[in-house]
Amino acid sequence: MIGLAHYLTVAAILFVLGVLGIFLNRRNVILMLMAIELILLAVNINLVAFSAFLGDLTGQVMAMFVLTVAAAEAAIGLAILVVFFRRRGSIAVDDVNRMHG
Amino acid sequence: MIAVLAFYLFATLTIVPALLVISARNPVHSVLWLILAFFNAAGLMLLVGAEFIAMVLVIVYVGAVAVLFLFVVMMLDVDFASLRSGFTKNLPFGLLLALALLAEIVIAVGAQRAGPVSATIPAAPQPNIVALGEMLYSRFLFPFEIAGLILLVAMIGAIVLTHRSRGDVRGQNVSKQIGRRPSEAVKNMQPGVGEGMTL
Repeated sequence: MIGLAHYLTVAAILFVLGVLGIFLNRRNVILMLMAIELILLAVNINLVAFSAFLGDLTGQVMAMFVLTVAAAEAAIGLAILVVFFRRRGSIAVDDVNRMHG
Repeated sequence: MIAVLAFYLFATLTIVPALLVISARNPVHSVLWLILAFFNAAGLMLLVGAEFIAMVLVIVYVGAVAVLFLFVVMMLDVDFASLRSGFTKNLPFGLLLALALLAEIVIAVGAQRAGPVSATIPAAPQPNIVALGEMLYSRFLFPFEIAGLILLVAMIGAIVLTHRSRGDVRGQNVSKQIGRRPSEAVKNMQPGVGEGMTL
């Protein structure tokens, strides 16, 4: 029978994969944003699983708020990325430190 | 039995595409794997009875966020091969860190008890969407409004950031249009018969 532990395991693996993705693609901002989406997905799976197995709907409401913030974050992040690409012609993270305050 | 099989199917199809998202050579493939991972995560949520969240996940993540990623990846003309240069260099350290993080999560989950967790999902007294709607519009009304505000701020921010005014486009000058009066726009001429007219 599938219990809470199974869902927590899946979410933990997904979370770790997201963190690993940020580390492996240190230069590619688009992939870093996708890895952040994976992390937030793992958080959502955790919230929904706890909500279901505890019989408390608050977790699902929180999952909706996480979803909202994730969507807003993706939109703003990609907008900043597009502006950055227009000015520099590259999206490598190494080039971002040229602002120097 | 079918629920168990479905869980393992959805879990596998969430984790393997997630692995491919972070390791694919082509970012377009990454986005497509991300879409597959989102779909199967929605399936996982369906299995525990969170129907509304599952549908919102498909609509928002697959329909909006992933398509946004796809647009940006295809719009930016970037040499993605050069961006992968640090991949193998960061791999050992990244794996070490990921394993440490996983161990920490396992220890934390083992040490902490969440409370009276039921072995099976308790039967819901009313449909998921009804219950969620009643909560959202009563107890969580203000957080819900703030979520809407966050989306508004994100929308305005994205438009302001990416908007550029191009100088070579002839647009409408609204104030000039509204400021026009008939006295200065229309001239009444009464030329005589057979005469021409100079403006």
